[in-house]
Amino acid sequence: MKREETIRIEKLSIGYQGRHSVKTVAEGISDSIHSGELTCLLGENGAGKSTLLRTLSGFLPPISGEITILGKPLRSYSERELATVIGVVLTERTNLQNMTVTELVGMGRSPYTGFWGRLSAQDRRKVDEALSLVGIPSLRDRMVQTLSDGERQKVMIAKALAQETPIIFLDEPTAFLDYPSKVEVLNLLGRLSREMGKTIFLSTHDLELALRVADRVWLMTKQGTVQAGLPENLFIDPETGRFHFL
Amino acid sequence: MKRSVATGMILLGVSILVLFFLNLLLGSVSVPAGQVWKILWGGEVDNTIWQNIILKSRFPQALTALVAGAGLSVAGLQMQTVFRNPLAGPSVLGVSSGASLGVAFVVLLSGRLGGVALSRLGYMGELAMTVSAIIGALAIMLLIVWVAQKVRGNVTLLIIGVMIGYVATAIIGVLKFFSAEEDVRAYVVWGLGSFARVSGGQVMSFVLIMAILLPLSFLLVKTLNLLLLGDGYARNLGLNVRRARMWVIVSAGVLVAIVTAYCGPISFLGLAVPHLCRGIFRTSDHRILMPASLLAGASLALLCNLIARMPGFEGALPVNSVTALIGAPVVAVVLFKRRKEDMGE
Repeated sequence: MKREETIRIEKLSIGYQGRHSVKTVAEGISDSIHSGELTCLLGENGAGKSTLLRTLSGFLPPISGEITILGKPLRSYSERELATVIGVVLTERTNLQNMTVTELVGMGRSPYTGFWGRLSAQDRRKVDEALSLVGIPSLRDRMVQTLSDGERQKVMIAKALAQETPIIFLDEPTAFLDYPSKVEVLNLLGRLSREMGKTIFLSTHDLELALRVADRVWLMTKQGTVQAGLPENLFIDPETGRFHFL
Repeated sequence: MKRSVATGMILLGVSILVLFFLNLLLGSVSVPAGQVWKILWGGEVDNTIWQNIILKSRFPQALTALVAGAGLSVAGLQMQTVFRNPLAGPSVLGVSSGASLGVAFVVLLSGRLGGVALSRLGYMGELAMTVSAIIGALAIMLLIVWVAQKVRGNVTLLIIGVMIGYVATAIIGVLKFFSAEEDVRAYVVWGLGSFARVSGGQVMSFVLIMAILLPLSFLLVKTLNLLLLGDGYARNLGLNVRRARMWVIVSAGVLVAIVTAYCGPISFLGLAVPHLCRGIFRTSDHRILMPASLLAGASLALLCNLIARMPGFEGALPVNSVTALIGAPVVAVVLFKRRKEDMGE
C-alpha cells in the first residue's frame, strides 16, 4: 500500500476555551500522519492525548493552527462528510443492552443509510466483511453486554471498519485489556493499516508494545510539547528517565 | 428473529382490540356483549340508556386511555434513550409539573381574582384547564430546550429538569395555600389523573392531535438509535447531537404536554412500558421499540382503566393508583434483573 500524507497538522495549539479563559494543553504541534501506517501517540496520564485525539476528530475546536485532512481543512467538513472520513473508537464505555454485535457494527453504516437507518444488502455485506477482517464472525449474534472487554474493543474496531473511513482514531484501545488481548488488538491494527492502507492513529500507555508495532511514534509530554519520530530512534535519558528522540 | 417480532406486534395489537372491547363491555351497568357490538356499529338498539353509556361514556374513555397510554409510552422511551437513564420518564423534565402549574394557576387563581371559580363553569372551565395545561407544559419544555442548548452534560440537564419540576411544585403549593377549599379540591381531583374526564367533544380533538403527533415522533428512530451509542460515537457517525437532543426533548415534551392537559398527570406508564418492551423483544432498536411501546402502552393503559373501573370499585380507584400498582413492580423487577446481570459480569 502506498504511503501518502492524509493528515497535516501545522502550528496546532489544543486545549479548552471557556468564555473568559483559555486553557492550553499543548502547542506548536506540526507533523503529518500517513496512510498505510500505524502511528502511536504516547504520553503520561494528563499529557493531553485524549484532547489531541478529540481535536483531530473534530469534536473540539483547536485554539489555533491548522488541521488538513485529505487536502481539505478540517473545519470546512460538514458532520456528514466527516463521518465518512474519520472513524473513531473511544474510551467512553457504552452501556448498551439488548443489541447484537451485528447490529452494533451495522451502526457504523449510519452515514450511508437512509432516513430510517435500514441496512441494504450491500450494507450487510460490509458489516460481514468488517467482522471477518477483525476475526470475530463467531460473535455476530452475541449480545453486546455479554462480551469481554477485548471482544468489545474488537467489535468497536469492526464498527469503525464498517464505517469505511480512510482514517481511524482510537483512544486507548488497549486499556482494560489483558496482555494477550493488547498484543492481538495492536497487531490487528498494524495489519489493517498496512494491508488496507488505512491511516490509523491511536493513543496508548503500552510503550513497549507500541514501539514494537508502530511505524511512527508521537511523544506527548506534560509540558505541552509533542515530538514525533521513528520508534527505533526513541531513547531514554538515563539521568532524567525521560524519553526523547535522537 | 424477524418472525418473533411480527408475532409480538400482532399479539399486542390483538390485546388492544380485546381490551378495548372489554372496556366497553364491563362496568357498573351490565350491557350484553351482542348489544355492545351492535351499538358500536351504529345499529338500532331499543335501550337508549345502554346506547348512551356505551357511546357517551365508555367509548370516549377507552379511546382516551388507548391514545394517552401510547403517547406517554413513546415519550418515556424517547426520554430514557436521550438521557441514557433507565429511570427517566415522561415526567422527568418537569413538563408534567408545568402542566400542573398551568392548571393550578387557572383553577386556584381564577376563583381568587375573578371571583368565579372556573372549575364550576362546565365546558368552558374544562377547556380553560386544557389550554392552561398545554401552555404550562410547553413553557417549561421551551425552558428545558433552552437549557439543553446551553449545557453539554446529560446528567446536568436531567438535574436541572428535576429542579424545575420542584420549583413548579413549590409554586403550586403556595397557590394552594392561598386558595379556596373547593378550588383546591378541584385541582387535587385533576391531579389524580383520569381517562374519564375527557368529554365526548374533546376526545375527538385529543385523538386528532395525537394522531398527528405520534407519527411525527417516529421520524426520530435513526436519531434515537445513534444516541444509544453515546454522544461521541453518535457525533462521529454524523449526528448533530445537540440538535438531535433538542428534537427528542421537543417530541417527548409535546406528547406529554398534550396527554397531561387532557388526562391530568398519569404516572408510571411512560416509565414502565419501554422497559417492558425491551424485555419482551430483547432489542434496543427503536425501529422495533417505538411501535412496540406505542402498542404496549395503549394496551396497558386500557388494562389499567379496566381495573380502575372494576365492579366493586365503581370508578372509585384513581387511574394513577392502578398504573403505579402495575408499573412499580415492573420497574422493580427490571432493576433487580439489571443488578443481577451487573454482578454476573
